[in-house]
Amino acid sequence: MASKGPEITDVTGILVNADLQLADFLIVAPVVIPILFSALLLMLRTRPATQGRIAIIGMALLALACFGLLQRVLDTGPVTMTMGRWVPPFGISFSVDIAGALLAFTSSVIAFVGSIYANSTASKLEMRYGFYPFFMAMMAGVSGAFLTGDLFNLYVWFEVLLISSFGMIVLGSEKNQLDGTMKYAFLNLVATTMFLMATGYTYGLTGTLNMADIWTKVNSGLLEGPVTTIAVLFFLAFAMKAAAFPMNFWLPASYHTPKFLVSAVFAGLLTKVGVYALLRVTLMLFADQRDLFAEIIAWIAALTMIAGVLGALAQNDIRRIFGYLVISGIGTMLAGLAIGSVTAITGILVYAVHSMIVMTALYLAAGVVGRMMNSNDLRQVGGIYAASPMFAAGFLILALSVSGLPPTSGFWGKFILVKATVELGAWWLTAAILISGLLTSIAIFRVWIFTFWRGGPSGTRDGAEAWKVEPLNQEYQLAAFISLGVLVLATFALGVFPEVLIGTAADGAKGLLYPTGYIESVFGGTQ
Amino acid sequence: MNTIIFRTFAPYLTALMVLFSVFILLRGHNDPGGGFIGGLLAASAFAIYGIANGVTPVRRAIYFHPISLAGFGLFIATLAGLPSILAQVPFLTGLWVYPKIGSVELALSTTLIFDIGVYFVVVGTITSIALALEERLED
Repeated sequence: MASKGPEITDVTGILVNADLQLADFLIVAPVVIPILFSALLLMLRTRPATQGRIAIIGMALLALACFGLLQRVLDTGPVTMTMGRWVPPFGISFSVDIAGALLAFTSSVIAFVGSIYANSTASKLEMRYGFYPFFMAMMAGVSGAFLTGDLFNLYVWFEVLLISSFGMIVLGSEKNQLDGTMKYAFLNLVATTMFLMATGYTYGLTGTLNMADIWTKVNSGLLEGPVTTIAVLFFLAFAMKAAAFPMNFWLPASYHTPKFLVSAVFAGLLTKVGVYALLRVTLMLFADQRDLFAEIIAWIAALTMIAGVLGALAQNDIRRIFGYLVISGIGTMLAGLAIGSVTAITGILVYAVHSMIVMTALYLAAGVVGRMMNSNDLRQVGGIYAASPMFAAGFLILALSVSGLPPTSGFWGKFILVKATVELGAWWLTAAILISGLLTSIAIFRVWIFTFWRGGPSGTRDGAEAWKVEPLNQEYQLAAFISLGVLVLATFALGVFPEVLIGTAADGAKGLLYPTGYIESVFGGTQ
Repeated sequence: MNTIIFRTFAPYLTALMVLFSVFILLRGHNDPGGGFIGGLLAASAFAIYGIANGVTPVRRAIYFHPISLAGFGLFIATLAGLPSILAQVPFLTGLWVYPKIGSVELALSTTLIFDIGVYFVVVGTITSIALALEERLED
């Protein structure tokens, strides 16, 4: 690690000598562990009996590694490891700061919970087609994207997670799945190409792909060229991946087709990787350029929020409704990006953590509803309150959380973002966040009332006996109870005791806005 | 393609190509070659054998499913980075040992292990695609 201890630079300037401790390898562990397990599961593909358990172990190790890394980053500040002992601007660096480690940790917990749920639902056929290797490889991509300190490497991790997500979304090969996959794949490939082009321009202009080095060059004031154009291209690419208006239509068109678990981890993780990339590139690397088009970002944010939630109100399929709510949440985070103050970025990070937890939980809950009623259509569900009051209560907490009401984590994310807009005096943005929150609560409580409160499917008489729901098998019930329970508890606990999260997020926000620690960890304070 | 000449010749050609692919793999560090190109050669060897004698003999001959071979490659390529922990150097740093067998000095490195991993990933992936396509042809 370059930041600690005296470092001896070779005369040729190619090799760096510094003794690394075992703890330093936590920087790469969140990528190495899922790749190893992905390869292992690929070899054991024909033995479905062990797959689920191995995957749970793998995800648990991943979560532990991410937790260790987060602790370390909180202790020592940003840390960097450059692969193969090359000197930073030339070698590929992994640079981890608080924002990256926080999101990596949250996503690993989501993946761990997801693997518990998957263990009871993945069919033998899905496992033969490589569901678990894809899941693991996707987590390698997600962690890599959160941890890397190199722009082209970020592109590579995006590819890794994208390719494996194609594999996961098409699993089952039904007609509507292929339809969803096409929309998902095409739009994402366009965004990826744009990302690659922007990376090429960046390299042409700055002669480097190392993020710390780019930051130094962009802020030196010596750079001549279309830096703003590059920043806008990056913004466009990542905003497409995050499903911002007007490029949001691919998300609800594809997320309701795959297995419930797949929609859940996609909704929880993938769009947030896009948001993280926006923070890292648009906010940290091209800060001055972002200021120039901040107003456009604000408009996009407001439109994304409102378009998302209006879409949610118009739908009848539960998963499609959630898809639109994901979009609305992305808009809320973009509002923070438009403002760009420490408060706003703190809000984004808090909201991102909240959104990962609650969106995954909602899709998993939709899976439970699907099992109970054999349908995800609001007109054909109902009566679950009588069948399982505890599930209804858990869903109620999730509903409060996604609408941004206390006592849940959603409240704090929105609260901080609203505070940031008020500090700036951007009243119309404040209004957009609050209105989208109100409409979200209408949309989600519509789901809650129809699914849980109504005695049965549409047309069931009032006072009729509770609608008989499909009995769940024991194994599935336990897995769903654990996975949903953990997520509901998490959003509730973060709502009641938000201090740790908000404090961490505030430090992460400062690290993104004033990345001197990040730069020093890469160049060892020598430049 | 089912001429008797081709069918007689294909096993020898396949053996030769696989042998040559290993040679290409091993000379790769300092000379043109390496895991990727070696893997492609081996995969085309299996493809030729498949065209000549059918897919089933190929699957029997390589014993493991091609995709499992690719998984194995990915596994050892990643493992090749782990000795860095013991040497206290950054991940994936090339570490070398020079054991002497008789009077011959062997240069072994983690880079070689990584390259062998790449070899298996390429062999596995391309063979898997080729065999799947050839199976379609046979149907």
